Amino acid sequence: MAMTTSEKTASSQTMNNVEAVRATLYEALKNDDRVVILGEDVGARGNVFLITKDFIDEFGPTRVIDTPIAEASIVGIAVGMAMEGLRPIAEIQFADFIYPSFNQIVGEAAKTRYRSNGEYTCPLVIRTPYGGGVRGALSHSVSIEALFYHVPGLKIVAPAFPADVKGLLNAAIDDPDPVLFLEHKKTYRLIKGDVPNGHYTIPIGKANVLKEGSQLSVVSYGLYVHWALEAAQSLEAEGVSVEVIDLRSIRPMDRSAILQSVEKTRKLLVIHEDNKFGGIGAEISAMVAEEALFSLDAPIRRLCAPDVPAMGYAETLEHEFMSSPAKMAATMRDLARF
Amino acid sequence: MKTTSALDRRGLSDDHLRELFRTMLLQRQLDNRGFQLNRQGKVPFALGSEGHEALQAGAALAFERGKDILAPYYRDLGLCLGVGMTPYEIMLSIFARAADHNGGRQFPNHYSSKKLGILSFSSILAAHIPHAVGAAYAIVYRAEKGRAVLCTCGDGTTSEGEWHESVNFASVHRLPIVFLVENNLWAISTPIEKQMAQPEIWKRAAGYGIPGKRFDGFDPVETYACVKEALERARSGGGPTLLEGVCYRFLAHSTDDNDMTYRTKDEVTENRKSDPVPRFEAQLVEAGVLSEEEASAMKRAVLQETNDATDRAEAMPFPSATDLYENIYEGAWQPWQ
Repeated sequence: MAMTTSEKTASSQTMNNVEAVRATLYEALKNDDRVVILGEDVGARGNVFLITKDFIDEFGPTRVIDTPIAEASIVGIAVGMAMEGLRPIAEIQFADFIYPSFNQIVGEAAKTRYRSNGEYTCPLVIRTPYGGGVRGALSHSVSIEALFYHVPGLKIVAPAFPADVKGLLNAAIDDPDPVLFLEHKKTYRLIKGDVPNGHYTIPIGKANVLKEGSQLSVVSYGLYVHWALEAAQSLEAEGVSVEVIDLRSIRPMDRSAILQSVEKTRKLLVIHEDNKFGGIGAEISAMVAEEALFSLDAPIRRLCAPDVPAMGYAETLEHEFMSSPAKMAATMRDLARF
Repeated sequence: MKTTSALDRRGLSDDHLRELFRTMLLQRQLDNRGFQLNRQGKVPFALGSEGHEALQAGAALAFERGKDILAPYYRDLGLCLGVGMTPYEIMLSIFARAADHNGGRQFPNHYSSKKLGILSFSSILAAHIPHAVGAAYAIVYRAEKGRAVLCTCGDGTTSEGEWHESVNFASVHRLPIVFLVENNLWAISTPIEKQMAQPEIWKRAAGYGIPGKRFDGFDPVETYACVKEALERARSGGGPTLLEGVCYRFLAHSTDDNDMTYRTKDEVTENRKSDPVPRFEAQLVEAGVLSEEEASAMKRAVLQETNDATDRAEAMPFPSATDLYENIYEGAWQPWQ
């Protein structure tokens, strides 16, 4: 099958995030007979972002399953498949549609191993596009990670770069436990990068220091990690040195990467697209306050969405909800000067 | 009220008929033991299944051990006994001991056993139905011939969206699965007429384009015949079936429930007149399958077996406190790495 790539080298290819998801799923179907993909419009349509385009022709409708529109049972049937030895990759078309399957993820998949004391396991991947900035309105823009990261038994990853998408998706498929795989939809075609050829994994739970810096640590993930990097680079000219950490995994989270950075820079800014109250930043802030309070030279800062139900469809409403590289730079500058 | 009618053995041997009766007796004895232990203060909770004995013994006899997969719910004590779970394992579950299949984690009656093909399930109604469908999909996917899934639930569970979603998916893919509804007319305190406008659940089968059937769930032989027919259809590629066995819940929902707050003693007493256990005993005696002496001996043996299982399980240790931290994920686990 021909992958769409803009550049090819012997050891890597340049691709965007959609292409990285697609290439990884394709290899998984090709290399492991136990892998099936199920979800709404994943077959004939090839997924609404064309991630699984033509898969059904090559692998057949038994392995690429167009399901009825019923999210609870998409995940629930995948749980049953996983308990009986398959390696299902369930797709929720948009993260906003995941709510009907909440019990299957939280009450069933995440507790299968625990409640059977290890007799049954649930090696399941649930992929879903999340996030805003695409005029997706109330029900095609949400961030869902905070609703799920409270749950032991579940793993959550949210890669931002194509190479991480491939490595973490491979790790998720190989993982013996359920993994919620979050794909920021605005990065799908916006973000390109080199992706190594061949099978490789990136360990779930490992952050990545994207840029070293000395005056403050910025922790982020998803689309905002790109904007944070852009902001940090723009501040170099002003002599503000910012360290940028891409979490990549939300559960488990890389404690030592965060602490090592904060011990060095002595200031912490957490940036995420989800709203602040009870968000990922709350847990990071609490952990740093517990573990490294006396290393801090400034109060911990969080730059997050306002505490409103969702971003609106109108451009003004979406713009107000979303952050920007400029807003991030302003907050970084402010914290550096503290 | 159903009266005792002559035995129609549907091709079952005397041994099979006696096995059915024995499973029914054992279920009732163990079921009552759970309630007794609760009233003695020895266990915090027990779930009742009295009234489901015929349905469950009959269904279990149609289940093919070592081949079929069972996706039960929490009122299926007799069904799990019938497919091979021992009274000792049942009592380990009731006492929440370390040697229990799930290590004393789950409520009583939430059995699982990979060896016996019993899927693990939670207390959340209908959540296990899509799991059963996924398991049936795996059977077809691996082209495993002659296997099927038997998936049970109560009448109340058919109100859940996941019940519909699952039956629908199984019907679209013609999966090898039998949906057996144990209709005991009560969803804790909510009567069937408040659960559904059309109270014959089996009729919904037409809406899914699959066969459906209703039968007397107080009759173990009738149950056996209906479940066997449906399982054989599933095993041979004929797709799913929706079965509805009508029975009655004689006890309260659980040891924490008081059914006299929502139904009358008269109603329970009236239904008790059709109690499937003495009814089947009378049929077997009348048909000469069992003498009255043999029936008494069987009851004594079942009581002894229940007592032994109770004593043996009670003497076993609880899980150690550190077991709380095991089997969350594969390997050791910390939320922060």
